[in-house]
Parts: sequence; structure tokens; C-alpha cells
Amino acid sequence: MSKGYFGEFGGQFVAELLIPPLKELEDALENIVPSEAFQKEFSDYLKNYVGRESPLTHCPTLSTDLGFNLYLKREDLNHTGSHKINNVLGQALLAKHMGKKALLTETGAGMNGVATATAARALDMDCIVFMGAVDVERQSHNVRRMKLLGATVVPVEAGSKTLKDAINEALRFWIKKQATHHYCFGTAAGPHPFPTLVREFQSVVGKEARKQIIERTGALPHSVIACVGGGSNAIGIFSGFVDDCSVNLIGVEAAGTGEEGCTNSAPLCLGTAGILHGQKTMLLQDADGQIMPSHSIAGGLDYPGVGPEHAHLHHCGRAEYVKVNDMQTLHAFKALTRAEGIMPALESSHAVAYVLENKDKFPKGCNVIVNLSGRGDKDMDIVEQYTELFD
Amino acid sequence: MTSLTTRINTAVQAGRKAIIPFLTAGFPTKNDFFTHLEELDSNGADIIEIGVPFSDPAADGPVVEAASLKALEQGVTLQWIVEELTKRKGQYQAELVLMGYINPFYQYGFEKFAKDAADAGVSGLIVPDLPLDESGEFKKILKQHGIALISLIGLNTPKKRMQEYADNAEGYVYVVSYMGTTGAAVAFPPELKKTLTEAREVFNIPLALGFGIKEPKQLEPFGDAIDAVVFGSALITDIEEKGTAVPFMERWK
Repeated sequence: MSKGYFGEFGGQFVAELLIPPLKELEDALENIVPSEAFQKEFSDYLKNYVGRESPLTHCPTLSTDLGFNLYLKREDLNHTGSHKINNVLGQALLAKHMGKKALLTETGAGMNGVATATAARALDMDCIVFMGAVDVERQSHNVRRMKLLGATVVPVEAGSKTLKDAINEALRFWIKKQATHHYCFGTAAGPHPFPTLVREFQSVVGKEARKQIIERTGALPHSVIACVGGGSNAIGIFSGFVDDCSVNLIGVEAAGTGEEGCTNSAPLCLGTAGILHGQKTMLLQDADGQIMPSHSIAGGLDYPGVGPEHAHLHHCGRAEYVKVNDMQTLHAFKALTRAEGIMPALESSHAVAYVLENKDKFPKGCNVIVNLSGRGDKDMDIVEQYTELFD
Repeated sequence: MTSLTTRINTAVQAGRKAIIPFLTAGFPTKNDFFTHLEELDSNGADIIEIGVPFSDPAADGPVVEAASLKALEQGVTLQWIVEELTKRKGQYQAELVLMGYINPFYQYGFEKFAKDAADAGVSGLIVPDLPLDESGEFKKILKQHGIALISLIGLNTPKKRMQEYADNAEGYVYVVSYMGTTGAAVAFPPELKKTLTEAREVFNIPLALGFGIKEPKQLEPFGDAIDAVVFGSALITDIEEKGTAVPFMERWK
């Protein structure tokens, strides 16, 4: 396999001016990350700042309905409310070791932006966040959080004014500021080494979940299920089970409103291979190679591409990728909240929805893990628009 | 030696820099683009870089990005560009180079594109998101069809890396004048002279300077260190204001 590739996907399709900082990061991934000093410091932050390990919660009510055991990996309980903090603290710490003074990042729904702004405070670094102007408008709560945390939020007016445009602008800014800034890429996508680096920092989710399920049930689970946008929470939990051939890995993409031909965020299910943001991967694009707009009710899944390792796991068949629409997601959001008192993020609700909608696909009595990647408090404004849910 | 190299060498031998304007295909409209292309061609362009629009031009500044999105709104595709150039083959005295991001070429198919572009009279290609390490397959195919893949280097490109490019470099070398995207209004940084000196030692093909260039006096400090000059954003802005490319080209005569 060539450097930075997962099968035929991945690579480093960036301007020559970005090759030196990517090489610097490759060196850091190889030399700093495995060092005892770095690992010790990172573990300490995960334990005492993030609050790891996160619990593996059994869902008694839903499990009775389903006829099999549903377990949730509780990334929603992390500081800042999602799995994003694992990656961001790892990268911020690495940046500090590399002598960088500041973090730059992109954000869609704002969760990665909030997590990065938080890590910047924890490590006393400056932080600049690029965010599509449309997202700034619809996620104003998170914009206020980032500003309160001392980050500079730059609204991006170009293109579709959403996450993909924020990434373009962040890449442009990084060309200029590479000497002082680390680009804290928010998901397991983008040019090499980001997909590997982000997986490395999210792999704690899979390691913990594997250990916890074996302790609790004495065996590996039947299936591990996670939502996939860029794919960092999914690759984090999958990485713990990818070598266990008996475990089904299921990634759930966002189908948007769900009708034929609708705007969606499901490049693995509905897209074609192409090159964007430094990586060869599966994309939503037209026949001329222009990137199409994406949509999901969950802002964190709203991206027309996906991390290259997922494209590879899809291509080689090790993981299965499916899709769930907005309404199915909202029903799952309500079902989990009412049944177990756990309010999932709309992103994570996609993974829950797949289980609820497809219970016949799982054998009676088996054990299934859903990665509950984030909490739903941030989604109240969206959910409240669907008043029928609260009848 | 490729036709691009020859063309720049001829200008240098005549005691001037080769002039390389950049214009986004289908900008400002499909029809007016060809009017402007003719204006560039008959007003001193040695080589013309035609921008292939892309939805996500991450190495471009706001002017080229806006031009790119405007072209896409009008339905400009790589296929349209190739077809229209094929119809006009032989009409231009300038050498033609296409410049665009890798994905549209990938979707078109590398082999088919190389053949069609060669048939359309294209002699070079610039792909800003295709660095050396990813360029092998496409470069080989382009070469078989006589199309040069132009190398881009910047102020942070080490001499050793330049040497790796130089081993297979063709046409000319595109030296990016500062650390940024196209069209930024900045003074050239002091490191540029060192980059140009190193590039001259390493490459045996001409050096073209691009990014942020608006007028000839910007080039005065560099003397013979560069052989050609590329301008795009400033030209596009001037065309938008005046509706013609002629006044901007007059600056360079």
C-alpha cells in the first residue's frame, strides 16, 4: 500500500505549498505521538479533563422491545458533549509539542469548533475557526460558545457557505500561516496524515468499547454501529473491532429527507469515487466532477465526502454502509430519550435509527453496540420544529 | 524540448519576459470568453492559461473563485472547454495551457482527456492540487500525448524537493511568489530571491513567476531571475471593469 493510502483511497492531493507542513505532521505522527511522554500526557488529559473512560450503557427498555441487547458507547458524556474532544486534545497537544502557537480548524454544526476552542484554552493556544456563513446563522448557539472560549470565528461567504467551503478557506489560511498554526482537522478525512492521525486519537473509543463489552458479556459483540459524516467517531470505534472478523461493522450515512434524488449526505451509498480536500474518496458529485451540495438534519453529517478509510472498508466489504433519513432519525431521537432518558445528538440518532428500523436483521439475544457520539442538547432548536414529536 | 519551453526561450532571446495571462474558461460568459481569448492572443500573450472551473478551488483567492463559480453557473464543463477549443484549433498564435483542479480531469478520464486535449491543441496542464507524489500516472499519460505537466514550487519548497521535480520537469516551472492563494495584494517577500536563485540552479527549463502580479514594475527587482510572468486575478478584475482585456495587455508591451 502506498504511503497515506487505504487501498486505492486517500493520498495527499494538495497544493505543493502545503506539502512541507503535512510532512512536518507526518514526522510528528511517527516520532512524537508514540513517545511515552506524549502518551502519558494525552492519557492524563483524556482521564482528568475529558472524563474518560466513557461508560458502556445497557438499554433495558429498548432491548426488551428489540429482542436483543443494545449497548451505547457514551461519547455524549465527554466534556463538550461529543467524541470530537478526543481528537482535538490529541492534535492540540501534538501541535504544542511541535512548537505551534495556534490552532486553526473548520466546523459545520459547530461541535468541532467548540471542542477545538476548548482545547486551545486548556493548552493556552490561540484558535481561529472557519465556519460557513449559513452554518454561522443556523448554529448561533455554538458560535457564541466559541467566542466565549476566546476563539475567532470567521464566517465563510464563498460557495455553498457550509462545511466544505469552510474546509477550503481553512486550507487557504493554512498556506499562509503554516509556520505558526496547526490545522486541527476535525474529522478522519482530508490529506494524509489527517485520516490516520484522527483515527489514532479516536481509537480510544474502540479500545474501551471492546474491553467493556467483553467484561460485561464475556464475548465480542454481534455488531458495532456508528453514524458516518466525515467518519471520525465511526473509525474510532471500528478500529477496536476491525481485526475481529466476526463483528459486523455498520456505518450509517444521512439520507437527507429520503426521497429519490433528494439532497443527502451519503457518498458511500449514493456517491462515486473522486478527489476533494486532499483525498481520493467517495463523493457526491456530478458527471463533470463538480462537488454537489449535501444535506442532513444533523449538521455534523452534512458533508459531500467521507474519510478515505471508510471508502476502503466499504470497497473491500469489511464494513457495511447504510443510510437513514431525517424523519427516521427524529423518531429514534425521541425513542431513546423516552425509553432510556438519554437524549442523543441528531448525528448519533442516525445510528440508533438504523437499529430500531432493522431489528429483524439482528439475532435474538445478541449484543449490539451503538456509538452514541454526542448529546442532543445542541439540537433542541431543530427538534422543536417537529411539534408532532412532543404529542 | 516542448513548445512551451521554446516559446518562452524565444521571448527571452528577444530581451523580454514571456507573457502568460490566465483567464477562467467561460468567464464572464461563454461567448465573451472567446472574444477575450482572442484579445489576449493578439495583444502579446505567448502562452495563455485557461482556467478549468471547479466548485472547490482551495488554492485560489476570491477573484478566481468567483469567476470559477460564475462559469459553473453558466454550465461550463471540461468537456465544453475541450470541444470549443477543438473547433478553434489553429486559430491562436499563443500556446494553450489548461489549469484546473484534479477532480474534473479524473472524472473525464486521464487517458481520454490527454487524447482530447492534445487534439484540441493544448500543450500543457497545471494542476494545483496534484503535487509530485500523486502525479506519476497522469503525468505519464499526458507525456504520451505530448502535453507537459507544469511543476509548481513555492517559497517553502526545499532545494532537494525542487531537484525531485526537476528530474521530470517539462515546459516551464511555475514559481508561486508568496505563501498564499491567487490574487492577494502583497509585496513579494524577501525569500523569493533565494527561491528563484535555487530554482535557476536546479531546473534547466524557464521560470515563470505568478500570484499577485498586476504590473511590470513589480518584476524590476528580479531582472533575469525570471523568464516569464503569469497574471490572472488582476486581469479578471480589469476585464470585469472595462469589458475588454486589451488595456491590461497594453501594460506589458
